[in-house]
Amino acid sequence: MKCFSRYLPYIFRPPSTILSSSCHTEADIISTVEFNSSGELLATGDKGGRVVVFQREQESKSQPQRRGEYNVYSTFQSHEPEFDYLKSLEIEEKINKIKWLPQQNAAYFLLSTNDKTVKLWKISERDKRPEGYNLKDDDGRIRDPSTITSLRVPVLQPMDLMVEATARRVFSNAHTYHINSISVNSDLQTFISTDDLRVNLWNLEITDRSFNIVDIKPANMEELTEVITSAEFHPQQCHTFAYSSSKGSIRLCDMRQAALCDKHCKYFEEPEDPATRSFFSEIISSISDVKFSHNGRHLMTRDYLTVKVWDLQMENKPLETYQVHDYLRGKLCSLYENDCIFDKFECVWNGSDSVIMTGSYNNFFRMFDRNTKRDVTLEASRENSKPRAILKPRKVCVGGKRRKDEISVDSLDFSKKILHTTWHPHENIIAVAATNNLYIFQDKVN
Amino acid sequence: MSDTTTETTMEVNAEARRILAVSISKLYASRSQRGGLRLHRSLLLSLVMRSARDIYHSSVPPAEPMDTSPEEPAELDLESGPQPDETSAELSLTARGGAHREEEGEPAEDKENQSPTRCSRKRRGKTSVAPHFLPSKRARLEPGEERHAALPPPPPVSCRIGPAESLTSLSLNRVIPAC
Repeated sequence: MKCFSRYLPYIFRPPSTILSSSCHTEADIISTVEFNSSGELLATGDKGGRVVVFQREQESKSQPQRRGEYNVYSTFQSHEPEFDYLKSLEIEEKINKIKWLPQQNAAYFLLSTNDKTVKLWKISERDKRPEGYNLKDDDGRIRDPSTITSLRVPVLQPMDLMVEATARRVFSNAHTYHINSISVNSDLQTFISTDDLRVNLWNLEITDRSFNIVDIKPANMEELTEVITSAEFHPQQCHTFAYSSSKGSIRLCDMRQAALCDKHCKYFEEPEDPATRSFFSEIISSISDVKFSHNGRHLMTRDYLTVKVWDLQMENKPLETYQVHDYLRGKLCSLYENDCIFDKFECVWNGSDSVIMTGSYNNFFRMFDRNTKRDVTLEASRENSKPRAILKPRKVCVGGKRRKDEISVDSLDFSKKILHTTWHPHENIIAVAATNNLYIFQDKVN
Repeated sequence: MSDTTTETTMEVNAEARRILAVSISKLYASRSQRGGLRLHRSLLLSLVMRSARDIYHSSVPPAEPMDTSPEEPAELDLESGPQPDETSAELSLTARGGAHREEEGEPAEDKENQSPTRCSRKRRGKTSVAPHFLPSKRARLEPGEERHAALPPPPPVSCRIGPAESLTSLSLNRVIPAC
């Protein structure tokens, strides 16, 4: 078997288990995945409003085969379905995004959001409990006062580890439209929540008000031509954030300029190539995800067919453009009919910003090495996920003779799409969500 | 050569009509999906429909009886974006007469300052009286209907088509699913 270290410096191997729900319903479809800032924890959100947090096992000499695998740490129901009585609309409980706060004490904090409400969750461990109360027994029953003859001080006794999640803040009633992203500021005190037309700035301590910092709603909704698709704070500059639009442009804003950041300080857009114009040009140019690089010098955007890397100093064209699945360009009409053209793929940087990754169809996901310009297509599937086996590169045959291991475009399964992926902040560990299955691949050479 | 051109034009024409039909059905289907109308998706659908409509108009051979009434607003003009805060009743696929005419290069009609005798019951302009998110309990009348009262009543679906486009409307209406 060819070792694909020639293609990329990493060799990804699957873990011993694939994490998935036992019975697959619509509610089990994973809708977001996110590593925390240390990579110790991995959170997933699903369509049923649940959050599942995985924790990496400490590597131990006694069980070397565990190799720092991820196991379930906490599961909780973050959001429930709601009903907006004023508008007669149901509010879906699907978790759109999860963002971790950097760890500042023993507890972990994350923000999770559905279409309308952002919640701050505290995940903490409890391994001791007080015993020896005076007025009640250890099981909670009230003691007969006549049996109490002396006072005692309750003491903390060890107990089985319990991980509990509590909602510490609920940030609600600030969005008329559907929230598509949240981003925590590097100041660790504020965050933004973004819907189709507005970006709101919150303080993590204050839930009853937020500041609107971007508002692109036209006075007359009939004049609406673009919506906001994603927004993110700069990783180091607490006053800078970027938001992407359905027209394929990105605006960088500086909150120091004005209270309302409707005027951008940088505008990134690549002129459309008239040769590729079609009915669906507007749809495929809509940006589905925007991510700053870890070093804060670049931006990455994902539209339907490409991933682009932009230099923050160059606004008129991207620094690099990578074709994710250009063979779909001739199939846009079918993809429009089966709704796949509306799929919103995410994109991620690796820890050193040298490799970028994004998903595709047929449970394929793609990695692009920015330095060597090599790329690879991998597949997240049970058949390919034998432990310690190397992931084999896949190839899509675009025409002519199909080789043995290749798959033709017409054979691709468009119901199997990888929309959500995340990369460990420091190591070569990736988590890939394929419908209701979560695949975690690690680069470990034994 | 001209045969090939005509054939290509007809293919493009048919493709545009098919895409229009698919788009309309998607727009209607999205009205009943969980979580309400998605503004982004509705906007993209309307952009596709506009492209398809433009291509359809530009590809129709001049010999065909088209646009007998230049003032007639074009159908399915979705230059105006959808307004999901207003419920599905508000999402109108009918022409914004003024907007379309502007697009076509004809003199724009000033919707804001219509004379009182032709007052439209439709709320518009910067200072809407009623909140936009309240569902409309009655069907809105479009400018086209006021001015052309002599026309036969529109078909049951809200995609109101003018007389000039009757051929198109017939085929499109067939594919529109009942909601």
